[in-house]
Amino acid sequence: MLLIPCPNCGPRDETEFHYGGQAHVAYPENPAELTDREWAEYLFYRDNTKGAFAERWLHSTGCRQWFNMLRDTVTYDIQAVYPMGEPRPDKENAATGTTAPTLTSPVSPEGAVK
Amino acid sequence: MADTAALENSKKIQTLRKSPASVLRTAFEAGSVPGTVELREVPFLTMAGLRVDPAGEAGKRLGTVTGGLPSASGEVRGSGDTAVLWLGPAEFLLVAPAESHESLGGELPRALIAALGDGEGQVVDLSANRTTLELSGPRASAVLEKGCALDLHPRVFKPGTALSTEIGGIPAILWKTGDETYRIFPRASFAEFLGRWLLDAMREYASTEVP
Repeated sequence: MLLIPCPNCGPRDETEFHYGGQAHVAYPENPAELTDREWAEYLFYRDNTKGAFAERWLHSTGCRQWFNMLRDTVTYDIQAVYPMGEPRPDKENAATGTTAPTLTSPVSPEGAVK
Repeated sequence: MADTAALENSKKIQTLRKSPASVLRTAFEAGSVPGTVELREVPFLTMAGLRVDPAGEAGKRLGTVTGGLPSASGEVRGSGDTAVLWLGPAEFLLVAPAESHESLGGELPRALIAALGDGEGQVVDLSANRTTLELSGPRASAVLEKGCALDLHPRVFKPGTALSTEIGGIPAILWKTGDETYRIFPRASFAEFLGRWLLDAMREYASTEVP
């Protein structure tokens, strides 16, 4: 069982979440111009990465919000949690040379800030 | 204001309605262990779902009616016997006594709809969506720990905190209202299941402790 750090609610059990597949798969600019093969590749073809993999998750029994997560498919190590729409943190760092992203850690477990 | 005849008629209809866990009323009484762990249903609480940006104009207007909107996970705000539970960054659940509903002469959810006006957001009467089970007693947290993965230790989960989570494998909202009192909000269709699940979890505390 993974303990997933939801950016809104804090660490929760994996059973509270739904997996949303690979992140950063952009909708084609002009779908009508694609060939059948390109369209099929957009719809059905996904990376099968060994190592760090960016994926979408939904905290369905908690705050019902989507977020992106960088997870190692070998060790299941959660490397980063970042909002939808933001670029993948590790790729960006390779390009700009900035420091590694810090995992947004909530103040206390379950987000029960009192 | 609804006219008096309509109000009288709707009050008459109220006596005919059945709460989702009403079939278990005698089972709750039989299964409760006084002074150890007790379970009862609090039927027909007025609930309203609010979806609004709490920082926006409409959110502020709603906040003045409800006594503020919570800003973070777990937080509960409100005034008097009306409470607003945090469900998401822009989603809240208002819980008020049954008498606050407009069908019994109260002002909810009409007052909220009026406060929202034409602002961006949503106010939905959800009174029939969930029912309320109240679990209390020194063993209440031990019962919940059998099927809830949250850290329920009093150091972490303090009274006045409400979290949307899973209990006994079903989605529910857990609100700690007192040191040893919890309110659980399952969806109506899950109420009987969760009621029976809690009764089963409570059963061991009815027998004498094995030394």
